[in-house]
Amino acid sequence: MTRQEILSELKKVLSPYTLDKEALAGIDENTDLIKDLKINSANLVDIIIDAETKYNIEIDYDAADKMVNVGGCIDVIEEKTNQQT
Amino acid sequence: MNKRVVVTGMGVVSPNGVGINAFLDAIQNGVSGIKFQPLYEELKFSCHVAGKPDFVLEDLKTKNYISEVVFHGLKGTNIGYGLMAALDAWADAGLEYDTGETRWETGCIFGNSVSDTEAMKNVITRVDNKEAKKLGSRVVEQAMNSGVTSYVSGRLGLGNKVITNSAACATGTQAILMGYEAIKDGYAKRMLVGSSEYVDTYVFGSFDSMRVLSRKYNDQPEKASRPMSITAGGFVPGSGSAALVLEDLEFALARGSKIYAEVLGGSTNSGGQRMGGSMTAANPQGVIKCIEDSIANANISPNDIDLISGHLTATNADMQEIQNWCKALGRSGNDFPLMNSLKSMIGHCLSAAGSIEAVASILQIIHGFVHPNINLDDPNPEIGNYINLNRLPVSIVKKDINIVAKANFGFGDVNSCLIFSKFNPNDTTRNFI
Repeated sequence: MTRQEILSELKKVLSPYTLDKEALAGIDENTDLIKDLKINSANLVDIIIDAETKYNIEIDYDAADKMVNVGGCIDVIEEKTNQQT
Repeated sequence: MNKRVVVTGMGVVSPNGVGINAFLDAIQNGVSGIKFQPLYEELKFSCHVAGKPDFVLEDLKTKNYISEVVFHGLKGTNIGYGLMAALDAWADAGLEYDTGETRWETGCIFGNSVSDTEAMKNVITRVDNKEAKKLGSRVVEQAMNSGVTSYVSGRLGLGNKVITNSAACATGTQAILMGYEAIKDGYAKRMLVGSSEYVDTYVFGSFDSMRVLSRKYNDQPEKASRPMSITAGGFVPGSGSAALVLEDLEFALARGSKIYAEVLGGSTNSGGQRMGGSMTAANPQGVIKCIEDSIANANISPNDIDLISGHLTATNADMQEIQNWCKALGRSGNDFPLMNSLKSMIGHCLSAAGSIEAVASILQIIHGFVHPNINLDDPNPEIGNYINLNRLPVSIVKKDINIVAKANFGFGDVNSCLIFSKFNPNDTTRNFI
C-alpha cells in the first residue's frame, strides 16, 4: 500500500469520530487529529483499536503516541503492516 | 424567601407510550404495555412478561438528539432511555439543545438503579478473555452510575448541580424532590430531573429468584400486573424513563414559559429498617411520617388531596400501603381520595417508576381526569375494611384534579413523596417565607 492509499483508507477509520466531514475530506499528512478534526482525545484509543482490527496489526503504546496527526498514523500503519509481510 | 417551583416541560419513555401524547392517550384508555418475553421463558424465569418501551436507540442519532460521533459506540439502553426523556422534556419546555456557553443556572438530578449490566457484561467478557485492550474509550462512561446525567448535562451544557441519585424504587420521586429543593432554596433557576431504568435479563433474573414477580399470567400478559387485586401475585418489571423540567416560577414567567403544574413540596426519608421495616419491607411508621412531612412541607391539609398516585406494585405490600395512607391522611372509607396505580398498565419500572408516575400525575392535573386501575376486576376484599372500593376507579374519571400526592417506597426502606398542584398564579399563600 502506498501512503496515499493508506491516507484514503484512514478517512474511513476516522469518520465516526469527527463531525467535520469537510475537514476530513481534505486531510493531508500534516492534519492534526485533535486540533484540525476536533476529535475528542479519548477517542484516539478507539481509532487505534479500529486500525488494529482493520489492518490486523498490533499498535503498542510507543507507536500509539505517534498517532496524533495523519502522517504519524500512516507511519505506524505502514511500519506495522510491513512487519507482517 | 423560598422560591415557588413549577413544571415547564415533560418527557416520557414508557412501556405503554413513548412521548407525552402517546403516553397520555394510553393512560386515558387504560392501555397495557406488558408483553410476553420469549427470552424469559427460554431462560427458565418464573415470570415471562415485562413492560418495555417501543424504543429504538438509533432514533437518538437520526432524530438529532445527539451527534453521530456521540452515538457511535453508545450501547447503554438505560442511557438511551434517559437521554430521550430528558431531551424531550427540555424541548417541551421550549428550550434549545445547542449552546456554546455553559448553562450555569441549570442543573440535572437523574437517578437509576444499576447503570447497565449488559454493558458491564461486555467488560467482563473482554477482560476474562484477556482482551481488555479492545474495550476502548466509551465503556467507562456507560458503565458508571452517573452515565445518564453525564450524557444529558454534556448535551445541554448544564453547569449547576449535576447529581445521580439512587434509592431503589423511590429514586424517581427523590430526584424530583432534590431538584425542587435546589430551586426552592435558590441554588438553581432550573433543574432537569427524572430517572431511568433498563431491566435487562440479569436484573430481571435477580428479582425472579426472589419470587416477587407475577408468574400466573404468563399467557395473558396484559392481565399480569394486578395491583390491589385478590389475584395479584407479584409485580411485573418494567423499563423506561421520564423527565421533568422544573423552574423557579419567576424565571419561567420571565421567559414566557407555559406552566404545567406546581411542585408544592415533598419529603424523603427512611424507616431505618426497624419496627417492621427491613431491607425489602417498609416500616409503616416511616411511610406515614414521609407522607405527613410532605403535606406539612407543602403547606396543605390532607383534605386538599384529590388523588393519590400510589406505589402499589401488586404484592402483599399493597394492603399495608393503603392502611398507611389512611393513617397519614386521617381519611378513610368514602372520605379517602381517589387512588390509582399506573403499574397496572406498565408494571413496576423500579427507579423509573417515580418519574413516569409523576408525569402521569401531572397529566391528570392538566387534563382533569383520573386514569383507570386496570386489572382491578377482583379487588382484595380486605381493602373494603379501610376505604370504599369506589375510591379505586376501574375506568377513567373526568374530574378537576387540583392536588396529587405521589409516593414511592423502595428496598432499603426508603420513602419519597411529592405533592403536585394545579398552578394557580393568584395563590399568594404560596409565597411563604
